[in-house]
Order: sequence, then structure tokens, then C-alpha cells
Amino acid sequence: MNGGAFRSLSLAMFRGFVRDRVALVFSILIPVLFLLLFGSIYKDSGTPRISVIEIGRVSLLDQASASSHGQLGKLMTITRKGSLATALQDVRAGTDDAAVQQQGGTLVVHYSIADQVTAGVVQAVFASLVQQANQGASGRAPAFQLTTAQVEDKSLKAIQYIAPGLLGWAIASGAAFGAAITLVTWRQDKLLRRLRLAPVSTASVVMARIGVSLAVAMVQLAVFLVIATRPYFGLKLTASWWMAIPVVATGTLAFMSIGLLTGAVAKTQQAATAIANLIILPMAFLGGAFIPLDYAPAWIRDVSYAMPLRYLVTGMQDVMARGEGPASALPAIGIMLGLTAALTLIAVRVFRWDDI
Amino acid sequence: MAGVPATISVRDLRKSYGRVKAVGGVSFEVQHGESFGILGPNGAGKTTTLEIVEGLRQADGGTVSVLGLAPWPRNPALLPRIGVQLQASSFFERLTAREQLQTFAMLYHVPARRADAMLGVVGLEDQAGTRTEKLSGGQAQRLSIACALVHDPEVLFLDEPTGALDPQARRNLWDLLRQISAEGRTVVLTTHHMDEAETLCDRVAIMDHGVILEDGPPAALVRRLDQPLRVSVESGLLSADAARGLAGPGAAPDSVTDDGVSLTIATRDPGAVLAGLADRGALAGLRVSGATLEDVFLHLTGREYRG
Repeated sequence: MNGGAFRSLSLAMFRGFVRDRVALVFSILIPVLFLLLFGSIYKDSGTPRISVIEIGRVSLLDQASASSHGQLGKLMTITRKGSLATALQDVRAGTDDAAVQQQGGTLVVHYSIADQVTAGVVQAVFASLVQQANQGASGRAPAFQLTTAQVEDKSLKAIQYIAPGLLGWAIASGAAFGAAITLVTWRQDKLLRRLRLAPVSTASVVMARIGVSLAVAMVQLAVFLVIATRPYFGLKLTASWWMAIPVVATGTLAFMSIGLLTGAVAKTQQAATAIANLIILPMAFLGGAFIPLDYAPAWIRDVSYAMPLRYLVTGMQDVMARGEGPASALPAIGIMLGLTAALTLIAVRVFRWDDI
Repeated sequence: MAGVPATISVRDLRKSYGRVKAVGGVSFEVQHGESFGILGPNGAGKTTTLEIVEGLRQADGGTVSVLGLAPWPRNPALLPRIGVQLQASSFFERLTAREQLQTFAMLYHVPARRADAMLGVVGLEDQAGTRTEKLSGGQAQRLSIACALVHDPEVLFLDEPTGALDPQARRNLWDLLRQISAEGRTVVLTTHHMDEAETLCDRVAIMDHGVILEDGPPAALVRRLDQPLRVSVESGLLSADAARGLAGPGAAPDSVTDDGVSLTIATRDPGAVLAGLADRGALAGLRVSGATLEDVFLHLTGREYRG
């Protein structure tokens, strides 16, 4: 390997990538659009807010609202309505989550079980309101107090799952397609043979491609972090987020080796694209990139262990969003490096310099 | 050429692909500064021969030496001393002409400014900033040759250099190639264009079915064919019998043909025929043509079409 060859090949490949609009669109623009889209849709899903209809005067609710200094407003939106019948209509239709009326010392909460999660939230919220009011009326300090602490970052929102998931998918497809298409096009254009007749080592060619893919992956990481950490999306990076860099690097290597194998097997660009899509797209669904594994059905969680993408995504989530230490990413890194070694060995065996 | 080792020496080269014998015992030598052409129909084995000499393929048998070195296995000592232009234009995607040359220059540890000089040599200064995908066939071929020459190699290999070019672009490229071989470089090229071989090569080897049928300077090959000259004039200036009389007593009975447009006399004594025609004032539309390399080629390889 020599420096000049490495530099010139890297530069040539990098220029080729930057000038390739399709590659830019697929590796950066589309993942970013997905991020913007999913980020906006699930922006508030971390703190479910219930909408409540107040029928007549509900003094308990008014007092709680006044004494909570706006805290209650974060939990629920309150609208007043005179008629019980129309209020119940709205709750049945799902326009509102609950209708409340007060009859002396009794608070009556009407809710729908169409959405069980919301139904549970409604009951819990009003139960605690009544309890607080009772306690206030008793004039004594509470004998027991409950303090809860979430094990994840306190601000854990959907974006903490969405950003690493989509980023993992973007990096996986960028690396796999980059390696596969380069290999196939260079073989088809006879550029591989031409390079074979130049004083260039295979290592220079491979290292140049790895260097370019790593650079692209780091750009993807940077773009994602910049966008997702905007207050609008609200991604909060946890302490060892920097550990995402080696995770991204090894993930890039692993998916390059998948691309390398694809490129060694495929004869045409179309075939390479199709094969890479067949590998990456199902993996995005089964490996936790599009569907967060915590919310996925059990069978997907089981299958995900066989998906290389799982390790890239969860490795990033652990250090970027779950607040785990740097060492938590090491198993994922190890698995991805092992995969890289195994697939590269196979790719070298089936590699062809030209089509004949 | 005793004493001076040949620049390229190939002895009893053999190569089969499965059961198909591509090259079956080819031997030739190319001297320093010589322009050597391998001529043959499609599938004759010329590209395989060239690829083995370049070091792209391993021979099944025989020996190859280029500049005194063995090209196989991949020989890093030899690579900087040879330049190769492959059949297809092998370029990096989406780079401009200048960037392609600069990339190849750096691969060979040649300063990037040499790339600009090469653009001038092949007449592509105006296309320096053009992406290679947008170059015309002739321009791409020129750039490809520039890439092969950027490190100033001692031996240049060209595989079908004017493959799919139009006549103007071909002639244009010939000028460039003549200029390159005039610089004293050793050039080896394959072609199936006879006129190209006749114009560019000091020596040609005619190859078919994996073997060399004949080799030598084009003119010598034509002379060796020993074909009569063909003298033709406008039809109707003299009768076929009179023409046969001119052809001399030794001429074959079918030596005179008249297709209604031209009357053609095949003769080995052109002086007598021309003098006779002049005596009769029958010189209108006169054309004299000898055998060409194409005749040699067809004589050796037959006329059946092989795609």
C-alpha cells in the first residue's frame, strides 16, 4: 500500500460519491426526511396528554389546576361543556378522552376503553387528584410518599429510539450499497483490471473504499445528531454518546462486508441493488431500525438477534439515549467486527477481477 | 537481432478455457521501438494473447518475458514500465478528464502537472473539465491512451484502440498513435482493421484459431501473397478479347472481367498492359490496385463469417 495511491483513489471515490445524486439522496436525504417525518409524528408521544371535558363546575379540578402552577396543563387539556349528552358523545367518538362532573363530594369520570392506555392514564390521573384533595382536606402530612424514577434518561422520548434506528438504517444501506455498487461498476467498466495493471496494491483500493465509506457514515452521524438534537425534536444525548462513533465505524465495516459479498456475487448494478435491498430492507424492520424493539412483538425481538443491524442500532441507543457506559457498546462492536471478518473472508473467496 | 534481447519475447504460449483452446502455441518477439500488431478475426485469441503478455492472465504453458521480466504473477517491478489501454474505456465514475489523468498520475507517483501535459499531447485541453461520461467515443479513447501514457511507460499495449470509432475519429487517433511510436516507444496492439495494421505497424502477426499464421512487415506479407495486379478502365473502351491479348500469353482465362462499369485485367506484367492500353488510348478511369493486407488476411483465415 502506498500513500499516493490511497489518497488518489480515496479522492476519486469521494468525488464520485459526492457527484452521484442518487447516492446522496439515498444515503443522506431520504433518511433525514424520514427523521423529520417520524420525529414530528412521535414528537409528543413520550408524555401522553389527555383531553378532558369539564361538565358544569368541577371545583376539585379547578383547585388542582390553580394550585399546580400549570403542571396539570401539561398532563391534560380541559374544555368546558354544559351538556352531559354531547360530552359523552365526544368521549365515545374519541374526540376527547374523558368527561368529568362533580356531584357533591363525588367525582364522576366518564371514559372510553377504546384506547386502553389512555383509559388507564385517565383513571390514574383522577385517582391521584382525588387522593391529593383528600389528603389536603385531612390537614395532615402524608404518611407515605411515592417518588418514581425512570431507569432511562428522564427525558426519554420517541426521538431517542427513532434517531438511532433511522441512523442505523441509513449507515447500513450507505455502506452496503457503496461497497456493492463500486465493486460491480468497477468490474463492469474494467477499471478493476486497469488497476490491477497499475502499481497499486489491493490493500490501497480496499482501504480507500473503507475510508470513503467511513467518512460518509460520519457525515450521516453528524447530520442526524445536529437535526435530532434541535429542541423541536428534543434528542438529549447521554454522557457516553461519543461511543456511538466506534459503533458507527464498526457498523460501517460490517455492512461494507455485506456489500462486498453482494458485489462479488452480483454481475450487474441492477442485481447488486436488488440483492442489497433484499438484505437491508427486511433487516430494517426486523433489526429494530424502523420498529423500536421495546415495542416490537416478541418474535421480532427473537429474530432481531440474527440481524446485524440490531447490534448497530441498539449499540447506538445504549450509549446515545439510554445513558449506559461506554463499555455497554463493546459486545455490539465485537459481534459486528466478527461478522466483518467472516463475510470478508467469504467475499475474497468468491471475488472476481472481471466477468469472464 | 542477435545480441540485443527482445523487448517482448513470447514462446509457445498456450491457454485454454475449459475445453476451448484460446491460444495454442504462439511465439513472437517484439524489438525495442517496434510497433507490433496482432491481427485476427473475432475470437482468434488475440486479446487472450495480449492479456497474458500484460500479466492479466496466467498462461497454461509457454514463457513470456517483457523487458526481461515475467509478467505473471503480478509483477510490481514491471507494472510502472508498461502502459495499458483496455478495450473498454476504464474510467473512474463522474470524474472530469483532468481528474482521471491526475488520479492515474498519482497511482504511478507522477506529479499531477504531468496530467495537464498529457491532455495537451492527446489534444483534449478543451475537454479538461468535461466529465468522462460526456466525452465522444474518440475523445474517450484519446483520454484512455493518455491515462496509459501518463507515467511514460517503455511499452504500450493497446487492445483494439479504434474499436468503435467513426472514420474521422479513427484517422485522428492514428495520427496520435503514429506520433507515440515515433517517440521510440515499443507498441503492441491488437486490431481487426487491416488498414489500421498497415498504417500503424512495423510488423504484424496474423492470428486465427489461437495460432499465428504468418508474421512480418505488412508490405512483405502482401508481396509474399504473390497476387496479380488489377488494372481497370472504363467499360466499352476495348473488347474483352483485346484485353485478354494485352494480359499476355501466360494469363489465366478468367483474368479479364467486365461488369459493365469497369473492365478489369489481372496481370503479373502491369508494364505491358499499361503500355498496350495507352497505345489504344483506352486509359479513361484507370485504376491500378495491388493486393492489400486484407487479401493476405482473407487468404489465410478464409471468408466465412464468424460474428
